[in-house]
Amino acid sequence: MAVSAGSDATTQAVFALHRFGLGPRAGSLASMGGDPRGALVADISRPRAAQITAPDLPTSAEAARAAFEFREQRRQQRLAARAEPDAARPTRPGRDAAAPAPGPSAAPAGRDDVAGNDMAGNDMASNNAARNDMANDAAASPPALAAGPRRARIDGVPPLPQQIFLREARARLDAALAADIGFAERLAWFWSNHFCISADKGPLRPVVGAYEREAIRPHVAGRFADMLQAVESHPGMLVYLDNARSIGPESIAGRNRGKGLNENLAREILELHTLGVRTVYTQTDVTRFAAVITGWTVVPPREPQGGAFIFNPRMHEPGAQTVLGKTYPDGELDQGKAVLATLARHPATARHVAAKLVRHFVSDEPVPALADKLAKRFMATDGDLKEVAIALVSAPEAWDTAHRKLKRPGEWIVAALRAVDVAPPEIGPVMQAQNLLGEPLWRPAAPKGFADEEATWIDGLAQRLDVSNELVRRFAGRVDPAAAVETALGPLASDETRTAIRRAESRPQALTLLLMAPEFQRR
Amino acid sequence: MRNLHATSRRELMLASGVLFAWAHLPKAARAEGRDPRFLVIVLRGALDGLAAVAPVGDPDYVPLRGDKVLRLDGQAPALPLDRLFALNPAMPNLHRLYRAGHASIVHAVATPYRERSHFDGQDVLESGLPAPGATDIGWLNRALSGLEPGGRVDPAKAFAVGPVTPLVVRGPAPVLSWTPPRLQPAGDDTLTRVLDLYRHTDAALAKALEERIGLAAIAGAGGMDPTRGAAQAAQPRPAAAPGAQQANQVRAYFAESVGSAAKFMARPDGPRVGALAFDGWDTHADEGAVAGRLAALLGALDGAIAAVETGMGPTWSDTIVAVVTEFGRTARINGTEGTDHGTATVALLAGGALKGGRVIADWPGLKTAQLRDQRDLKPTTDLRAVIKGLLRDHLRLPDQRLAAVFPDSAGAKPMTGLVAGV
Repeated sequence: MAVSAGSDATTQAVFALHRFGLGPRAGSLASMGGDPRGALVADISRPRAAQITAPDLPTSAEAARAAFEFREQRRQQRLAARAEPDAARPTRPGRDAAAPAPGPSAAPAGRDDVAGNDMAGNDMASNNAARNDMANDAAASPPALAAGPRRARIDGVPPLPQQIFLREARARLDAALAADIGFAERLAWFWSNHFCISADKGPLRPVVGAYEREAIRPHVAGRFADMLQAVESHPGMLVYLDNARSIGPESIAGRNRGKGLNENLAREILELHTLGVRTVYTQTDVTRFAAVITGWTVVPPREPQGGAFIFNPRMHEPGAQTVLGKTYPDGELDQGKAVLATLARHPATARHVAAKLVRHFVSDEPVPALADKLAKRFMATDGDLKEVAIALVSAPEAWDTAHRKLKRPGEWIVAALRAVDVAPPEIGPVMQAQNLLGEPLWRPAAPKGFADEEATWIDGLAQRLDVSNELVRRFAGRVDPAAAVETALGPLASDETRTAIRRAESRPQALTLLLMAPEFQRR
Repeated sequence: MRNLHATSRRELMLASGVLFAWAHLPKAARAEGRDPRFLVIVLRGALDGLAAVAPVGDPDYVPLRGDKVLRLDGQAPALPLDRLFALNPAMPNLHRLYRAGHASIVHAVATPYRERSHFDGQDVLESGLPAPGATDIGWLNRALSGLEPGGRVDPAKAFAVGPVTPLVVRGPAPVLSWTPPRLQPAGDDTLTRVLDLYRHTDAALAKALEERIGLAAIAGAGGMDPTRGAAQAAQPRPAAAPGAQQANQVRAYFAESVGSAAKFMARPDGPRVGALAFDGWDTHADEGAVAGRLAALLGALDGAIAAVETGMGPTWSDTIVAVVTEFGRTARINGTEGTDHGTATVALLAGGALKGGRVIADWPGLKTAQLRDQRDLKPTTDLRAVIKGLLRDHLRLPDQRLAAVFPDSAGAKPMTGLVAGV
């Protein structure tokens, strides 16, 4: 099967829905019309493309404050219980003493939500800097610790941070199921993974969804420079990569306390977010850049604007800094903004982003001609991501079917739900399925995000069979396989796949075969 | 609803959005002092009737099936039923019930469907219509609608077990559904089909799946095991372990789901009529009637029947379980040690309300000329006649209603003498 310029429009449309979208659902072929490329362009040209409108979802700052209040209440309840002589219960030695405020001990449901420190347990201007260090250290423990499945609470509702997390996950799933085509949504997922944070880090569980809505989605069809500024100044990222507590050694706070830099965010901005690893920067650039962004931190959650970004001049390293050969005079917040602006339009950034887009959407093998086109478009438009996306779907190389990649688990699960036209009544089974397949939502194991390479995911094929079986039996008992194969694959379905589906011993088995078919697994 | 315990309630919410008590009951039967329970088990995939209940007394049986025959003197001796038939040795509970007069077997039975598509065959089996076609009402639901409304004191409910409500019980009469906490895992049959598809279309996926399964281990263990989830299959497994643990798992699933159904149905305020489906009977390759895949499935079914008996407790004497399948399989073994889609098969009946201990068969014979299309066991009994007999004599469905339950079935007269004391 080859989908090239010569293929008919229907075949191209179904192929495009798999490769660039979230998979066909009933009616999406009609949305594609006779011009698949045009439909993709239209999808990201819509007003508010890729944005999620859900007025009942809290902002990241609101979520952080609510989670803080929740933990405070729990802590007070526990202290009250402890005050009663017969209410002795096991405590975790040492922690309470070390963290009298919102420390780890304040999270009785810690396995479910947070390690217990408050949003950015840094210390802006106050003088008890040591207070939250322990909490932050706990938060900085490897995400792998929490990578296992989280046990649902059987008795009653989950803790508030988890409730917020699940509502965000639901909103994201609903957006994916509601999308006609899903190209803008796929781009939102791509950028969210490129600039990933993790719910497993410290207090970020209630914040990860809002982070994506606030920092990523508004810029998916906008400018890379704007997304970069939004991301690197977002409380979620500042906590995730520890910049919230990075202190300039010569700043007021640094001199008072002998505290210093944390290079984590600066390094990952250069290595992962912009230029790319082993490109044009040195360790000196990392250290200087880390000094530039000292003071980019978060308001403690107990304060009225708690959980919001703030530039704290008392933590900021004074003086000019030279990064990548260019000197930036001390301009407080503007110094960091200027470095980010430079990074956003650097050719190495264009190449990095272009190669990653190609790897994600088209092929694990480099496609230099395509990557060059995207990088050039990126440079020519000053990082206009809509124009880069249009360049992607306008390039013949992007429609080449020689290398059809395995869908990532999250893409495949959503495609499956769309194919059988089911919106699960509960988000739980969907989350569990993603966990089982190794791509737990908003919980990557490292700042690099989830891998795009097929090799990472192909070993989960057997698990996909179990997930198919479960999804079909739970949710799609009445779906007609013959109709589903037309919706989901249409002209892409091989004779072998059609025969296997037709010969299945039951409708559920037929649907399982559809979801497991190579044409459906790949895109 | 209020009587179901908490974990079940959660599963109920998941399985079905519409749940309410249904206030019809077999009033006529109750007037006689009986309170019948009726459970339908649908075997999806087409059960090989000749492997479940073998005509060991038919001289043409051994030539037809060769070394795949059940033998009364084999290593695992088949369980004798009468002079002609013997039961698969994997079903000792059914045999015990048969000898106690609590089980009957109808052989060479078929629905009116004469093609060989699973989907259409299952639709005819469950809809009660004479031919396939779009329908969302099953014969069991229509039968419920035909019963007289009962009072508030004795609500009866249609009851479906499993996340997918079987068509046989769907329809206007409200259905209470319950999903076991554990689902039946994706079995090796599905796994084999996926793998077969990959081998013909996508070498990379085939290789990935094979490596994860450790196919060599499975082959060394004597055939595919119908009972393992694919992910469990992905665990390395020594060749010496023949999947007994996984066979136990499917046994546990069958017994747990159907046993729970029986416990609900046995309650004074419980549903009187229920239905559920078991998958995995489409044995095209390596059927394993004596020691392999089909034997494991029949053993699990046998355990499920025992679980009904246990779960029903004293109400077992008012119970009938009907085990039905969409069609049978070819009389001969095919080129891959299995059987292909056929026509006539068996229906297994169990329960204390039966006048049992009989194989009911107008035996068509197994000579080539006696086979349908020279390949399938020829149907001589209409399955609708069997079910109509049960609905009339067990649930006391009035005669005039039976025609509505099975439209265009005038030729299939209700079978008499199936139920005790009638």
